[in-house]
Amino acid sequence: MEHIYYSLHDFMLHSKTITYLIMGVILILLPLYWRFLTGRDEKNRYY
Amino acid sequence: MTTHSESRSLLTPFNVVAGIIVMVGIVITGLRFFSGLSTVTNLDDNNPWGLWIGFDLLCGVALAAGGYVTSASCYIFGLKKYHSAVRPAILTAFLGYALVVFALHYDVGRPWRLPYPIFLSQGTTSLLFEVGLCVFMYLTVLLIEYSPAALEWLGYKKARNIIVRMTLALTILGVVLSTLHQSSLGALYIIAPSKLHPLWYSSYLPVFFFISSMFSGMSMVIFEGSLAHRYLHHKMDKTHLTESEGVVLGFAKAASFIMAGYVAIKVIGISADNNWHYLATPYGVWFLVELIGFVALPSFAYAIGVREKKIQLIRWTALWSVLGIVLNRLNISLIAFNWQLPTSERYFPSWMEIAISIFIVTIGVLVYRFVVNRMPILYEHPDYQEHHS
Repeated sequence: MEHIYYSLHDFMLHSKTITYLIMGVILILLPLYWRFLTGRDEKNRYY
Repeated sequence: MTTHSESRSLLTPFNVVAGIIVMVGIVITGLRFFSGLSTVTNLDDNNPWGLWIGFDLLCGVALAAGGYVTSASCYIFGLKKYHSAVRPAILTAFLGYALVVFALHYDVGRPWRLPYPIFLSQGTTSLLFEVGLCVFMYLTVLLIEYSPAALEWLGYKKARNIIVRMTLALTILGVVLSTLHQSSLGALYIIAPSKLHPLWYSSYLPVFFFISSMFSGMSMVIFEGSLAHRYLHHKMDKTHLTESEGVVLGFAKAASFIMAGYVAIKVIGISADNNWHYLATPYGVWFLVELIGFVALPSFAYAIGVREKKIQLIRWTALWSVLGIVLNRLNISLIAFNWQLPTSERYFPSWMEIAISIFIVTIGVLVYRFVVNRMPILYEHPDYQEHHS
């Protein structure tokens, strides 16, 4: 059942809380995805 | 006098099909301009923008993004290993934008009034004006960026050298103009929150359009490169042949990561508007088909292709991603647009609208083939191998 919001504050609190949690998950997942993507690249040697 | 073998070589299956499409297109063009929109389209007051905007314009502009992406990577980020991809990408972008403007005539009508919004009656508060101005300016920039190839072919060395010196400035201008109008095309739909389905509607639409244009352009460069490899292999010189694998791997890697980021911001878009409950509806399933089936999975397929160095997988994934972009733009402009209207009032393009879209794509392919067969696009002109453009 759809949740009813009685004020804009209620709505923003709910949606922003979830959005910030998702952003946190993304901040962890994207670097991991980059590591997966570049995992088999030849390493640049600087010595 | 044409010999028997010459006349026979013109009658290839491709030429015959293209000839029929062009003839049908010319007849429908006549009908559209002499009898009006209602003769050839299913457009009405509820659906004033149809397939010609959804496909020819929105998809055309997104898929032509390879021009700014490739030239920026080569000239701004200094990734010279992608240099051989610049000219084909610029040519595709130039033809793409030229055909967008050409297709716009069918919708707008009265071609002689096309310069009015730019030079006579500027609607400076309108997003459409911004889009029109940017497309006008970027088409000019692309013409200049493309012109060294034509000038080399014609033998105008001096003019060619002057334009080559402007490359960096033109590239920067191209990126700025693309950033503006790619996003503005998405912003056009912000005016219609009640018409566009909430899963596709978002105040972040400009961001979605701009980000998706990047991987759309990269996928198009890979896809077009695959076609050139298959059908124009004999036109490619050693540099293009040896660099092509690096271009495919590099662009696939970049596209894969940007697509992952795009999926992330789309999820944030759903969350910010709290539209989760729509995902359990038929439109929600269709949205997930687009987002997972045509963005997330191709992104993963690109990643596998890059890790395993599977060029063939990447090339097929490029086609998959290009179809995903077409699906996204059609969803926003047609399928999820006016979603609340009863089926009887929904828009479906007439066969003549579809024929005109195919006609325009065919013209693009014919001009591309004409140019590539004559001008130094897939090879370096022997007189200019010293100085890259």
